[in-house]
Amino acid sequence: MALLEIRGVSKSFRTLRALEGVDVDVQAGTFHGLIGPNGSGKSTLLKAIAGAHFADDGTIVFDGHDITRAMPYERARLGLSLKFQITAVLPELSVYDNVLLAIQSGESLTRLLLSSSRRALDGEVTALLERFRLIDRAHDLAGELSHGQQQWLEIAMALALRPKLLLLDEPTGGMSPEERRVTGTLLAPIKAHCTLIIVEHDLHFIRDICDHLTVLDQGRVLDHGDVETIQRSPKVQQVFTTRV
Amino acid sequence: MLLVALVVPFALGERTDLVTLATNVLILSLLAISFDLCWGLSGIMSFGQALFFGVAGYVIALVGRDLEFSQLWAVLPLAMLVGLLLAGLFAAFLLLGRKPPTIIFVALGTLTGSYAAERLVSGWQYVGAGNGLSSIKLLQLGTYEFVEGMAFYFLALIVLVLVYLGARFLKQSQLGLVLAGMRQNEERLAFFGYRVQLFKALVFSLAGMVAGLGGALYSYHQGFIGPGNMGPGLSTTAVIYCLFGGSGTLIGPVLGTVAVEVLTYVLADIDAIKRIWPVVLGLVLLAVVMFQPKGFLGLLVSDRERIGSYGRRRPDGQDGGSGG
Repeated sequence: MALLEIRGVSKSFRTLRALEGVDVDVQAGTFHGLIGPNGSGKSTLLKAIAGAHFADDGTIVFDGHDITRAMPYERARLGLSLKFQITAVLPELSVYDNVLLAIQSGESLTRLLLSSSRRALDGEVTALLERFRLIDRAHDLAGELSHGQQQWLEIAMALALRPKLLLLDEPTGGMSPEERRVTGTLLAPIKAHCTLIIVEHDLHFIRDICDHLTVLDQGRVLDHGDVETIQRSPKVQQVFTTRV
Repeated sequence: MLLVALVVPFALGERTDLVTLATNVLILSLLAISFDLCWGLSGIMSFGQALFFGVAGYVIALVGRDLEFSQLWAVLPLAMLVGLLLAGLFAAFLLLGRKPPTIIFVALGTLTGSYAAERLVSGWQYVGAGNGLSSIKLLQLGTYEFVEGMAFYFLALIVLVLVYLGARFLKQSQLGLVLAGMRQNEERLAFFGYRVQLFKALVFSLAGMVAGLGGALYSYHQGFIGPGNMGPGLSTTAVIYCLFGGSGTLIGPVLGTVAVEVLTYVLADIDAIKRIWPVVLGLVLLAVVMFQPKGFLGLLVSDRERIGSYGRRRPDGQDGGSGG
């Protein structure tokens, strides 16, 4: 059974049909890429999975739970974590506090009020900041980081939730080539404990990191399969040569 | 600041009117802190904090009148409970819906509640209608009765210090970090798994509890409670105290209350502007809100110090301290 099963999901914004009967299966332990031309519905699908939008039709089942109408906090508690396309770090909090805020989300109200886990979580926060090369900026305000560093902080915050499924919306958007390369190396180790769905325009990045791809075009699934299959797909080649 | 507050009543000597004013400032500071818990800490724009203040004031006045009971150990917790439950009820309607409410919805909802309660009480003979309730039974501790003056001043000061310390503890806790995050981007926090509206309802109820405590002390101190003490007028004044001093700081609203009340007292006593002092006060407040939106505490401390930090302290000690 797939970790995530999407069946017949549709979503409209007034007269615009953003998604039309989308079916996707994501197996546990895989890196799954969503690609397609601008406006093909990639981000909308990711937001429908995370709960930022509700699907008009269809069902989304995650880890055996029907989450189609679940609120974002309910999905997060089941193990879904989203990194937004536009960075949404908390700019007036320190880098450290941004990660602590994410990590402590599973704590009870009483433990939060009594600050019982502040010390215990310090090691975990520090380890994440070290891994994402942010330890030297731990006490700076998140709003003072460069764009690339904010993207890394976002990914660190999303991973801090210890998700079963991580959704990354354009994690390398606005990054330099070197930052993109580093991002790839930062993401590779998470495969051992986390499934990934990634929306990305950089096809080289996607090809290097993903096992499976789903190609969307005008809100529909154009094709899906492993990276080699998709690279050879005439339908995909046509869309990417004529519309990208 | 606590030292100044301890010395004030002795410095004022025989000016009992000024001791009364100072006591009033301490009590109204509770209302200001109550609003700061909502807006400054949690991003809930409440234009109805006076509702919880006034209703609790009425309840203890009625307990005194109808049951002839005013023992401090029971009536103050009762007033807190009234504020807590009433605010909890409002939170259930305004904050705990399926979808997160907008700031405007909550602001209008609380304002409407405050206005409706004022109108309701104004026409209700059992609670004195437009005249309110006067000659409220004195607050007692055993056989000791708290009358206006030094004793009541120190009682109000002790209550204010305890409330301030409690609110500060909340702000500096890991829960305070959740509130700080919620104030900046509540949608982001929902994606972390926080049930944001529940946190808001909790803080709103606690703020109602603080306002209720203030309302009880106000009733006993003034010996009077009227419809205006739960209406939009006082609710808006609480907003002004907070914005004037600096929201989100807890101490700023106390300073704001001192400044606004002392200004009011002084301006109302100057012959040349006796008739137009509310206009002058209004212009001063407008200038502060327009040109110093972080309140005058914002002149003294940086944003970093105002918001504070919650995790490890910076090794060089240059961060804003724990939670501000």
